[in-house]
Amino acid sequence: MSLNRDDVRRIAFLARIKIEDSDLKPLSDELNGIIGWVEQLSEVNTDDVQPMTSVTEMLAPQRTDKVTEEEATEKVLANAPDRAQNFYAVPKVVD
Amino acid sequence: MAKLNDLTLVEARDGLAAGDFSAAELTEDCITAMESARDLNAFITETPDIARERADASDTRRARGETRGALDGIPIAVKDLFCTTDILTTAASHILDGFAPTYESTVSQNLINAGAVMLGKTNLDEFAMGSANITSYYGNVKNPWVGPNGEDLVPGGSSGGSAAAVAANICPGSIGTDTGGSIRQPAGLCGIVGLKPTYGRCSRWGTVAFASSLDQAGPFARTVRDNALLLKAMAGHDPKDSTSAPIDVPNFEATIGHDLNGLKIGIPQEYTLDGMPEEIQKLWDQGAAWMKEAGAEIKPVSLPHTKYALPAYYIVAPAEASSNLARYDGVRYGLRVEGNTLDEMYENTRGAGFGAEVRRRVMIGTYVLSAGYYDAYYVKAQQVRTIILNEFNSVFEDVDVLLTPTAPNAAFPMDAKMDDPVKMYLNDVFTVPANMAGLPGISVPAGLNKHGLPLGLQVIAKPFDEETMFRAADALERAANFTAQPKYLGGQ
Repeated sequence: MSLNRDDVRRIAFLARIKIEDSDLKPLSDELNGIIGWVEQLSEVNTDDVQPMTSVTEMLAPQRTDKVTEEEATEKVLANAPDRAQNFYAVPKVVD
Repeated sequence: MAKLNDLTLVEARDGLAAGDFSAAELTEDCITAMESARDLNAFITETPDIARERADASDTRRARGETRGALDGIPIAVKDLFCTTDILTTAASHILDGFAPTYESTVSQNLINAGAVMLGKTNLDEFAMGSANITSYYGNVKNPWVGPNGEDLVPGGSSGGSAAAVAANICPGSIGTDTGGSIRQPAGLCGIVGLKPTYGRCSRWGTVAFASSLDQAGPFARTVRDNALLLKAMAGHDPKDSTSAPIDVPNFEATIGHDLNGLKIGIPQEYTLDGMPEEIQKLWDQGAAWMKEAGAEIKPVSLPHTKYALPAYYIVAPAEASSNLARYDGVRYGLRVEGNTLDEMYENTRGAGFGAEVRRRVMIGTYVLSAGYYDAYYVKAQQVRTIILNEFNSVFEDVDVLLTPTAPNAAFPMDAKMDDPVKMYLNDVFTVPANMAGLPGISVPAGLNKHGLPLGLQVIAKPFDEETMFRAADALERAANFTAQPKYLGGQ
């Protein structure tokens, strides 16, 4: 499996990272180098092996369903690049 | 009188308790050392005012006859990956420009509660992705050790600033995070002691996430005993992190000063690499001989899938990173680069905000999780991870701890050509398996290479058996008697 420029452009869009056209070729070389290297895992026989979901044998803890956080609107919005009243503001999404 | 910043944590603790000096005096010497060592670029943000305030509060408590324990009044440095209330927290990334959290990470809060004095936030690889501290938006960190021809060396990474600060005697201890070796490898390259505890020992709450199933916080210090004191204060169950283990934290300091009678040490045969410098193999053999002299039984063991741990890591870690870093979208915090549409704004922000290594890893992660490739890459890597864990479990039926080198090389020059990412990844070949299996591991400086640069040995233990890890590491430290010091020391 080898990634071409169009594949890299598609992955960059999925990751929402703007890539200059001039970067597509070097980036595809780097990504192909990494992917070619990790593909050595295909040598490993993993028939009937469960994929790991957690390194510890802990069960997910449960707690009472009650509010534990204070009202924190100002704290939540304190670092927002743009806001409108008590909301994050973004470029217009619908006309 | 020697400068107080040169003291180990235990020496500083004992001096404070005896009234030989105040926390304010100790802190002032550390601040002076920090300021005089700015050439190392170990800190992104210095917080001398907070340090003085906390030191004074500690002295006031002590004058009243109260103390919060071993760390009360002890200056430490904090990796800039831990959120700290109202203090710039950057993860060494442009994308977190100006981010001042409105909350404190559990680990740094635990240290505040223990009376520790924060000197500042240390430099790191961007989002903790790197093994040389050369991917930070805030510039490279220099290793206090210098090359044979005076060249600048890397401190290792990602917690390079925290390691350099302790190695340069700026402060007796610091904290970092370790996802694939980011504490143990820089500890090894800087000639100090650093450890990653068992996954779940320290809370991850409030720590900027890289790969959530692998990330753990841990300490750096110049001795094993100092590490034991720091870990005791950092660790503990936290209901805010569902993966934090609800078990008691033992008194790790009690493990110091014992022999190794009755202990079985495993030497994993597969950790011998082709092309590894002979001096590293020699030091490893020497380490085993020292532990045998201390009373341990040495047994060769086999972990056949070791070589697959690193490639599996480079699927799992980028996959988790691509999910975790999706939150940096220009909406809630940090950098925003405007665009005509919402998608354009996301793309512009993330294109400008992420550096080359972070971009690479997010894209690899996005690819291995994308439709059609998920089973071939991600599921496969998690199956390999199960095999690796099972192999550790079976070896630990025969031995108590494992002894390995920490890294396949000593610190290398900052300008070494590193245009092949995979070559850089190999720095973590001995440290990554412990992350993949959630095991505790510690790096102890054990000797010097032919250029006079430090080399570390690693002790890996069973889950939640940091006590045996400390006991073995302490015996190793005493036998190695590592007293060499870097050329560059703060405050001199």
